[in-house]
Amino acid sequence: MTSSQNGDPLVRLTGVNKWFGDLHVLQDIDLTIDRGEVVVVIGPSGSGKSTLCRTINRLESIEQGEISVDGQRLPEEGKALARLRSDVGMVFQSFNLFAHKTILENVTLGPIKVRRQSKGDAEKRARELLDRVGVSAQADKYPAQLSGGQQQRVAIARALAMDPKVMLFDEPTSALDPEMISEVLDVMIGLARDGMTMVVVTHEMGFARRAANRVVFMDGGRIVESSDPETFFNNPTSDRAKDFLSKILNH
Amino acid sequence: MQFFIDNFDILRDAFLTTLSLSLLAGLLALVLGTLLAAMRVSPVAPLRGLATFYVEVFRNTPLTVVFFFIIFGLPQIDFVIDFFPGAVLSVGLYTAAFVCEAVRSGINAVSPGQAEASRALGLTFGQSLREVVLPQAFRTVVPPLGNVLIAMVKNTSIAAGFSVSELSSTLPRLVNANAGDLLFVLLGVVIGYMLITLPAAYAVHRLERKVAILR
Repeated sequence: MTSSQNGDPLVRLTGVNKWFGDLHVLQDIDLTIDRGEVVVVIGPSGSGKSTLCRTINRLESIEQGEISVDGQRLPEEGKALARLRSDVGMVFQSFNLFAHKTILENVTLGPIKVRRQSKGDAEKRARELLDRVGVSAQADKYPAQLSGGQQQRVAIARALAMDPKVMLFDEPTSALDPEMISEVLDVMIGLARDGMTMVVVTHEMGFARRAANRVVFMDGGRIVESSDPETFFNNPTSDRAKDFLSKILNH
Repeated sequence: MQFFIDNFDILRDAFLTTLSLSLLAGLLALVLGTLLAAMRVSPVAPLRGLATFYVEVFRNTPLTVVFFFIIFGLPQIDFVIDFFPGAVLSVGLYTAAFVCEAVRSGINAVSPGQAEASRALGLTFGQSLREVVLPQAFRTVVPPLGNVLIAMVKNTSIAAGFSVSELSSTLPRLVNANAGDLLFVLLGVVIGYMLITLPAAYAVHRLERKVAILR
């Protein structure tokens, strides 16, 4: 039920288990994400969906199982892990823009330090990306001077500047005011249309319906259900998913 | 006034010795202390252990004992060092332990998300520390680092006991020669220290305001 659809796997998790002390937060996770696929992970708080997302670039380590990105198994530590992370973009719930750097510097840091691009090339590309996410006018400001929605769009541009193979979104709109959520979702929908491979942990069911190729529903550290959005929202098979959907869709 | 004119050369030379001792030891303490702080947060356990050991040894040893060890202890293992460089080394190594702890508290005050974001971009541990964490950590530690460095300037007076002709060492000499001018002698020495610590405190204050605006 969690197998790939078009047979060109980019991210593969096999038999992944993780514990936080006694808490078994990820239980026997098998998940394959194809190139160009948009997978939305939903589920109640504490279901392990953020943890799952964070294991893909090893911000969380795992105790059992195997994770590979583009055919390469995740290295344990050091330079090899840094190299792999540079190909995996990540957008956080709390934006995590570098507070002491300008918007432009936030976007150019990775390309200059990791990709060894020249400052000129990196800035040119950064301005294009900032333009694409609609915050080019803010390039010389500091993160604290921007709204949450603007900061999150900068965070997306920062990740895109590395030309990642896959983008991870860990609840990207959960810290935003309602009116700012759509401006971030619009950027993400644009990315999905352009064929970016995306793993999105979110509570935005509208985004799941519009942009997802597949919805993965998690509960209690397990993948309970995995299907296309149409099937998931209209005909969920598990009781747990039915219960979850009835609670969130009734408002 | 005549006292100051007569003894200007002695006071000036002593002041310059204290100043250069402070600058050199301060530089050593800042560089080594930052390095130690980086070791204490590194993912490599032996580095963490080594830095913790260093800090506990130097922070819990009286500075006078450190001086004794450097200047009289090291020659026992055939490492002879002159008094002035010995003083720089003693004050610098000792103060580095305090700088380390101040910088480490600053590192801990930087939100973990900052380091996570830089690692997620593919920066190595060292790059993430240099480019993202330390520049922000230094902002929060400007005031405590100022305290550490001002205390260090005054701690250089221990060098008087080890044949370094710095400010405090002029006290017994000048008092013996000018018994009637005791208060002027003390005043001269205190002014000498203040000429270093007051501008330092002012610089810290300015720096604090400058980096506060950037947030």
